[in-house]
Formats: sequence, C-alpha cells, structure tokens
Amino acid sequence: MAHAEETVHINVIPPDHAKIRKLWITALILLVITICEFIVAFTIPHEYKDLRVWIFITMTIVKAAYIVGEFMHLRYEVKVLIWSILIPMIFVVWMLVAFLYEGMAISSVR
Amino acid sequence: MASTSVATAPGRSAWDGGASPMGASYGKLMMWFFLLSDAFTFSALLITYGLVRSAHPVYTGSVHDFKFSQHYWPIPERVFEAVPFLHGVEAPLVFVGIMTFILIMSSVTMVLAVEAGHRMDRKAVEKWMLWTILGGICFLSCQAWEWSHFIHGSEAGKAVVEGTKFFGANLVHNQYGPPDFAAFFFFITGFHGFHVFSGVCLNFLIYYNTVMGVYDRRGHYEMVEKVGLYWHFVDLVWVFVFTFFYLV
Repeated sequence: MAHAEETVHINVIPPDHAKIRKLWITALILLVITICEFIVAFTIPHEYKDLRVWIFITMTIVKAAYIVGEFMHLRYEVKVLIWSILIPMIFVVWMLVAFLYEGMAISSVR
Repeated sequence: MASTSVATAPGRSAWDGGASPMGASYGKLMMWFFLLSDAFTFSALLITYGLVRSAHPVYTGSVHDFKFSQHYWPIPERVFEAVPFLHGVEAPLVFVGIMTFILIMSSVTMVLAVEAGHRMDRKAVEKWMLWTILGGICFLSCQAWEWSHFIHGSEAGKAVVEGTKFFGANLVHNQYGPPDFAAFFFFITGFHGFHVFSGVCLNFLIYYNTVMGVYDRRGHYEMVEKVGLYWHFVDLVWVFVFTFFYLV
C-alpha cells in the first residue's frame, strides 16, 4: 500500500516586522517599569510609606494596562468586549476599599 | 479579528447564530470570561492579604535594625533576600526580580507564537512555543527553590520557648512574623504557581498539536491565541503578586 502523504497546502504569510517590533517595545517598557520599581524600592526610604505604595500601585496599573491591552490584544477588540471585561473590575476596587478600611478598624480596636 | 459591524441577514438578529456578536469567537470569549472569574479569585486572595496585614501592627523602627518578630508584620525585602549559590549574601528581592524577568520574557515569546499562528507559520509557532514552555519551567524551578528556602529558613530562627528555636515556616509557626504571613505566602504564591503549572501543561499540549499539524489541517491557529490569553493572565497576576506581596 502506497504511503499516502498528507499534504495540506499552507500559505505562510511573511512576518510583519513593524508589528513584531511593537511587541518587543511593549516588553521593553514592562522591563523598564520593573527596573524603576526596584530603584524606588531601594532609594525612597521606608519612612515615606504612602508615597512608596502609591508609586508602586501606579506602576503596577501601567504594567497591567500594557499586558492586557497589547499582549492580550484587548485594546483592539470590540468596545462591548472591552467594557464587559473592565466594568466588573469595579467590584474588585470596591472590595479592596471596603476590606482595607475594615482592616484598619480591626487594628485600631485591638 | 475585531470588526465592529456584524453582517446579519434581514429579519435576523446578531444572536441568532452564525455571527460573533462581540467580534470574537465563542472559545475566545469564554476564555475571557473564565479569566475574569479567575481575576476575582486572585483579587480575593490579595485583598484578604491586605485586610490581615493592615489589621496587624506595623514595624516602626529603621529598616536596618529590623528583626523578625511575632508582634508585627515583617518587611518583605528582609524576608526574601536569598539567592541560590550565594549563601549568606544579602540580596533583597534580587531573586524575585529574576523570576519576574523570566515570566515577562516568556509572555513575549508567547505573543510571538500567537503572531506566528496568525501567519500560519508552523515552524515559528513551534520555536516560540518551546521558548515559552522553557520560561514556564524556569519560573517553576525558581519558585520551588524559593519555597524550599522559605520552609527551611535562615540562621536567625525565632525563639519559641526559652532555649528552643524555630527555623523556617509551616502553616502554624514561622520565624519571619505572625503565622498569617507564612499562610498567605503559601496560598498566594502557591495558587499562582499552580496556574503556571497548568499553563505549562496547556502550552505543551498546544506545542504537541502544532507539531502534529492539527492546526494546519484545521486551517487556523486560534487555540494558540486562547492559551496565549491564559498565559498572559498568569503573567498579569504575577505583576500584582510581585507588587503587593514583595514590594509594598
């Protein structure tokens, strides 16, 4: 029996270098922000706790935006999809505020 | 691909089937909603960490004089300061930094695999999937080392009863701070590590199918894209764990 070679004809599209470059630039931005986080962690003294925390949170949100927007491609999706992912996150923000408030209340009662 | 207008035959709505109302396929959409629910789980863990931590007293002295104690929450950079093969060298957060770097790089190779999949370029998908799997395995190995070091502890154990010392950590005692500290370390990084592990398994499955030509026969590489979403999510969660567990 002759070996039936299964040949599927595939048209390989040549790479779009501009697009690939953009992905590497996104990666570079993520790495630079991470390095900045380290610099902040070791240069701003622990006495300025609030300042440190706010800088860290801002940098984290910027990093998250790049990962979700560029790597996960959400920025280029339909508006309905973008909002159905982002709006439920309001619950998380509310939960965070409520629980931290609660934690500080516990600490002041103890 | 995102397209804002959905062509529908007259008298039919976009929800009657045959169209993708959100411009994404069913599988991709469900992956997004799964990730949303997974984000809730991780948020719950991290927010509970915030609650418990803010309920504990804060260490008020200088960082230099910091000593582990049951009475206040430890400063994370004084806990995680060991690096493999450099015994006794204090290098705060360096090892976590390396782990972050590995995970970001494996996210990049994943997105390159997805890009190659769009172009039906099987050889490139195989190459980038292998790099991604390698990155995932490196990350898991680093985490294994970190857990092992955390569990076994450093030279400065804590005094449990007079004359006895306790080294390292378990779910009841730990030398670093209040019992909750170690519990959260195990739950948060453990749950994330479990996600990385499942991600590596899924990536391997995708790699196997690619090599076997499954997606060439199917005519598209959408599975690479769906698992890619999951893998980026794992990276995203690490960004938050890194900030809230190690930096703050």
